[in-house]
Amino acid sequence: MAILGTINPMLMAGIDFDSDTSWRLEGYLARGGYAVLKEILKSETGREKYISVIKRSGLRGRGGAGFPTGLKWGFMPAFRGGQKYIVCNSDEGEPGTFKDRDILRFNPHAVIEGMLIGGYLMGATRGYNYIHGEIYEIYKRFEEALGEARAAGLLGDNIAGSNFCMEIQAHHGFGAYVCGEETALIESIEGKAGRPRYKPPYTASNGLYGAPTNVNNTESYASIPFILKMGAEAYLDMGTVNNGGTKIFSVSGHVNRPGNYEVPLGTPFPKLLELAGGMRGGRQLKACIPGGVSCPVIPGARMMETTMDFDGISKAGSSFGSGAVIIMDETTCMVKALERIAYFFFEESCGQCTPCREGTHWMYQIIHRIEHGQGRMEDIEVLDSIASRISGNTICALGDAAAAPVESFIKQFRDEFVYHIEHKQCLVPLDVQRAGSGFFKATV
Amino acid sequence: MLTQESLQKIDREITKYPPERKQSAAVAALAIAQDEKGWLSNETIEFVANYLGMTPMAAYEVASFYNMYNLKPVGKYKLTVCTNLPCMLSGGVDAAEYLKQKLGIGFDETTPDGKFTLKQGECMGACGDAPVMLVNARRMCGSMLPEEIDKLLAELE
Repeated sequence: MAILGTINPMLMAGIDFDSDTSWRLEGYLARGGYAVLKEILKSETGREKYISVIKRSGLRGRGGAGFPTGLKWGFMPAFRGGQKYIVCNSDEGEPGTFKDRDILRFNPHAVIEGMLIGGYLMGATRGYNYIHGEIYEIYKRFEEALGEARAAGLLGDNIAGSNFCMEIQAHHGFGAYVCGEETALIESIEGKAGRPRYKPPYTASNGLYGAPTNVNNTESYASIPFILKMGAEAYLDMGTVNNGGTKIFSVSGHVNRPGNYEVPLGTPFPKLLELAGGMRGGRQLKACIPGGVSCPVIPGARMMETTMDFDGISKAGSSFGSGAVIIMDETTCMVKALERIAYFFFEESCGQCTPCREGTHWMYQIIHRIEHGQGRMEDIEVLDSIASRISGNTICALGDAAAAPVESFIKQFRDEFVYHIEHKQCLVPLDVQRAGSGFFKATV
Repeated sequence: MLTQESLQKIDREITKYPPERKQSAAVAALAIAQDEKGWLSNETIEFVANYLGMTPMAAYEVASFYNMYNLKPVGKYKLTVCTNLPCMLSGGVDAAEYLKQKLGIGFDETTPDGKFTLKQGECMGACGDAPVMLVNARRMCGSMLPEEIDKLLAELE
């Protein structure tokens, strides 16, 4: 699949999705790739200048937490000796998110250039791109792109004829959602089970192999060359106030054209929905999870008034997350939807912290029994109580991520949970639910 | 214990990390071993551990933590179907049901001829292509509506 639609794209500008050469080095060079890196390597001005451009651009991490990238880069002890590491987080496992896969597929050299710039500006000479286990073909492609860069003298010793040397490797995961958490990811690169570490110390002082390490998302690194090329102001102008730049939104669920769409931040949600071909079968939007399943759900009517940016989604009561927009129409049973989300967090909890390990299991069991007609009215309060006791009480954010959907589904669709418990069945008839998925075409 | 070809692949993974950090290749090495053997027996895990200079228990911890490793024998083709919410909304659960009926097995079961094992998967990061499934943890297949599933099953001999 390709990127299905764009408005003023940056990351996907000028790419021919059907071509077999567009993603390769020759394609990237033809689009002006690696020019920024070469310019920086030649420049006499201090590295601080470039980091300050990234700070002023307001780029916020595209992996889910939205932490300002420039600020993060500033935390790295640039002039301290010893090995430092640049790590790219392509462990895209948040249900609903599939943008990094397409960035690595269609523009892998932008990620490489972004990591190299990061390495030069932060004084690191080794980098790893941690790629989600399930996308083996994309991992192979990234390795091929690294090979191209190496052969062209853009990776390895004396990059582009300068004194700068840096090596980047691809590291392939093997199926663990929690490894998207940066310290779990680092544990995984070290060849261990991916259990998140206590923080502090933060990765900027104690990361991979105990050395200073900067971890950013794929889309964040890929944005760096473009931002430095156009300048902070032009980048800010691409979006709205406080929400500069473009974002690739992964739109999934009940739309006619699920896929990735790169649009400026601040694009109204109805516009994005229209790009995605509108609602499947012309049905009504019932609810939307705007940033991946760990973000609170928003009722359809509210979502239609929301703009797709950090502030807009936060005002609507959810989080921007990774830009994974999950669309649910009126054929969706919200209890069943939450049951599946709860199962996911139960399955993926690493088991390190008791509130998450036990709490995700309890929440799944209770929602499962409500969905299967054995719920009790007090279950709703019990669910709320468990969720509130997980939240904030775990080493990593997976605990909060498991609690947020439970709390928000109950808050926004309480009636549906009550109906389930009282009538021992779904509010949405089963044949209607079945028709919604579009699997059996005859029933659509 | 492992073929020369597998060992060469593991050696290549080892070169990606600092010389004193061979253990970093553990996730990849176990995956390579699984590609060759089909599943990871305790003996295979121990062999990989010794090869990387780590304790067998540390390697077993890795093998049991990541969900794409097979710690028990599986059929010739392991089909992992994503049933997570975004896939479910576009037929992921229906696709799994369809496969259960066609193959006559449930999740975590293998057909009597040893050909297919069915697994429920978590998000594969390809929700736009739902329904999505993985063949033997390596090959991803998208838009798996009934006709495509039939085609895939016929192709896997």
